[in-house]
Amino acid sequence: MSIEAQTIHRETFVLNLGPQHPATHGVLRIKLTMNGEYVEDADPVIGYGHRMQEKMGENRTYAKFLPNTARMDYVAALFNTHGYVCAVERLAGITVPDRAEYIRVITAELNRIASHLLWVGAFLIDLGGFTPLLYTFDDREQILDLLESITGARLTFCYYRFGGVCNDIDEQFISGTRAFIARLHSRMPMYHALITQNIIFRKRCEGIGPIPAETCRKYGGSGPVLRGSGVSYDVRKNEPYSIYPRLDFNIPVYQECDCTARYKVRMDEMVESMRIIEQSLDQLPAGPVMAEKVPKLLKPPKGDCYFNVESARGVFGVRLVSDGTDKAYRLKLRSPCFSNLSLFRDCSRGMLMADALALLGSLDLVIPDIDR
Amino acid sequence: MMAIPKDLIMELVRIVLYVVGFLAFIAVNAAYLSLLERKVPSWFQLRYGPKEVGPWGLLQPVADGIKLCAKQLLVQKGADVALFKLAPAMVVIPAIMSAVTLPFSETIVARNIDLGLLLIFSLSSIHVIGTMLGGWASCNKYSGIAAARVVAQNIAYEIPLLLVMVSLVMVTHTFNLHEIVNGQAGGFWHWNAFRLTASPLMPAAFIIYFICMLAEANRAPFDMLEAESELVAGAFTEYSGMGFGLFFIAEYANIVVGCSLGTILFLGGWHCPFGLLPGLHWFLIKMYFLCFMVIWVRWSFPRTQFYGLLNLSWKILIPFALAHLVLTSIMLKLL
Amino acid sequence: MWNYLKEIITGSWSLCVGMWIVLRHAFRRPVTVQYPYQSVKLPARYRGHIQLKFDPATGNPKCIVCMACQRACPSNCIALDGVKPEGATRKVPTQYSLNFTTCSLCGLCVESCNFDALEFSKEYNLTSQHKKDYQMMDLLTYGREAKK
Repeated sequence: MSIEAQTIHRETFVLNLGPQHPATHGVLRIKLTMNGEYVEDADPVIGYGHRMQEKMGENRTYAKFLPNTARMDYVAALFNTHGYVCAVERLAGITVPDRAEYIRVITAELNRIASHLLWVGAFLIDLGGFTPLLYTFDDREQILDLLESITGARLTFCYYRFGGVCNDIDEQFISGTRAFIARLHSRMPMYHALITQNIIFRKRCEGIGPIPAETCRKYGGSGPVLRGSGVSYDVRKNEPYSIYPRLDFNIPVYQECDCTARYKVRMDEMVESMRIIEQSLDQLPAGPVMAEKVPKLLKPPKGDCYFNVESARGVFGVRLVSDGTDKAYRLKLRSPCFSNLSLFRDCSRGMLMADALALLGSLDLVIPDIDR
Repeated sequence: MMAIPKDLIMELVRIVLYVVGFLAFIAVNAAYLSLLERKVPSWFQLRYGPKEVGPWGLLQPVADGIKLCAKQLLVQKGADVALFKLAPAMVVIPAIMSAVTLPFSETIVARNIDLGLLLIFSLSSIHVIGTMLGGWASCNKYSGIAAARVVAQNIAYEIPLLLVMVSLVMVTHTFNLHEIVNGQAGGFWHWNAFRLTASPLMPAAFIIYFICMLAEANRAPFDMLEAESELVAGAFTEYSGMGFGLFFIAEYANIVVGCSLGTILFLGGWHCPFGLLPGLHWFLIKMYFLCFMVIWVRWSFPRTQFYGLLNLSWKILIPFALAHLVLTSIMLKLL
Repeated sequence: MWNYLKEIITGSWSLCVGMWIVLRHAFRRPVTVQYPYQSVKLPARYRGHIQLKFDPATGNPKCIVCMACQRACPSNCIALDGVKPEGATRKVPTQYSLNFTTCSLCGLCVESCNFDALEFSKEYNLTSQHKKDYQMMDLLTYGREAKK
């Protein structure tokens, strides 16, 4: 770990929260200018994981880009695939059958729960409590087993296709999902007793890392970060897509703007996701899971479209410009973590370093999503 | 040649036996506490701990020791070499030396010093200097920050510890650890932790002692020193190989000494809870129970914030310790 | 003053509750699988590397070298070649090699095959000391050896 020491007239020094650090959840480098224990400036340096995903979108046909979508935000991979697939479907005018839409929503919400469970564990590790990680991973393991039984993969699901999904779900998946939801409902009181009411956790998070709503607006913060700052914006309600208009669920919003608010938003979102899954399983129609007459080599008509989905981390957007050939002319991916990270510099001024790290943890960043 | 008196030879033999015995006891305990440190959380976390090396992982500390000895001892360029190498020694030696006054049973005590309690507390302050030297001599910004935190933390937590000790000594009328234990003979209602006739806050005093012992040993939730997610390994970042191993042993030796002291002072030493068969086995059972509590507390909670840690000491523990002191003196005067 | 005491009491109680929850878990059985002594049961749709399907009657691969899998692969992992033997209606593969080091297990090749010639294997215990063992996996012999 390299340290650079610069003495400015205010006697600050630069501390490198280097690319290798247990708290940065990936290869993120933050140059902290510190005055004693207080953070004066935090300059994130990104790009250590840049893989030119957007350029790859221009060099591959639409279908060949599908595996890439899962590798950007690998914790909540299905949302990225959902955004991309819906953007292409919008451009090419493909209608997805109802059963496929319901399956997409069920699997995406399961992925949201898995992502939030991982976040809870990782956040607690940042704060120093190692045990809840193992408990959340135990629950997450069940979700991954369920998704593995239908897609064949545990992390990089390449499950959605243009016009539907590639495999149908079976009775075992449906009963397994219902059993899992019942189990997680019974585990939530345990999580609240172990974490939410714990005095040490509360002291570490209450009032720490305030992100005012105006800062979120300035930098484009979205997702639980925005909803923890009191703004009720969720793509599933404000710009509904898929079958979300047919489902009844709430958007948890908390006004306190601190780390506790973001934590509570994510815990409540897990409960709401379980409601969505139960309703979708009840309403699941029979039918095909793939649209008919989708050409193998897709050549959408010339056009420019943008599609938003509510990922576990925020608003994930895909802008697709097609020039009529089988490869996209421009693929732009709007990553939620990139905008959420840009908040960090403004919000961490004047904080103690441990508090700044708690704030960084509560933003729920996945670095490959930032670097793409 | 003068005839060497038989007593002197017996005394020398006794000293050597005790030195070797205590060194072995502390070393083996430190090593196997490090194994327990990995096994106990595995029970809580629904997994198996180390189990490959030896049955039930019993040879894991041996493997860890060999690994640490095999590493290259690097000294950072620009580091103060003498202090860098002195620091681990300064941390380990007081912990082992504190064992000299600890009575493990009626007959097993190295040296029954009349001021035993005072000696242990004076020795326990030295390890703070050792850690600070280690952090400063490493020529590493992270270590420097961690060392500064450790000093503030240890000073803050020594005060309630000493206040509780003062009130305890007022009750037991002696600094001699052997006498203190003998004053708790009988059933568990005679133990100092439950001696409500001396002061109604006695159980609280035991809890204050336990918390301060955790903080002095730099154990979670007070492990600012090695706050892994923030400062990697804190003051020990630059130590590799057996230098790091010595800090490790020192931490566990501190825990063993702290738990032994807690057993002696509050839980009746080698006396049975029901007054039946006193002996070394009760001492060991109680000491290991306290060690289990230390490990249990570590793996249950997140880490406190640094100012929260200091707030806990200055704003909560010290007022309660002072209140306990005043109550004890009032009760002593009245009864 | 009352708030101060109340916070101490509720705080200490929350800590005790937390410790009790952690202790309760100590009495449950571990959930980990002791790999490699125990193995995980893989679901039917598990995606290992692809392998050719063989016709049970003739013992030959069902592949007719239409190159659809090669065209569908995003990472250009598949290289195949084939000849049309004398008097046969379809081509027979003479070479089918998979570059598993760049394969991303997306499954586009299996889906693109119209002749049901490809399937996922259930292999996850893959080790070798030479990179070329997985850079040029010969699926013709691999399938035959696996069947034996």
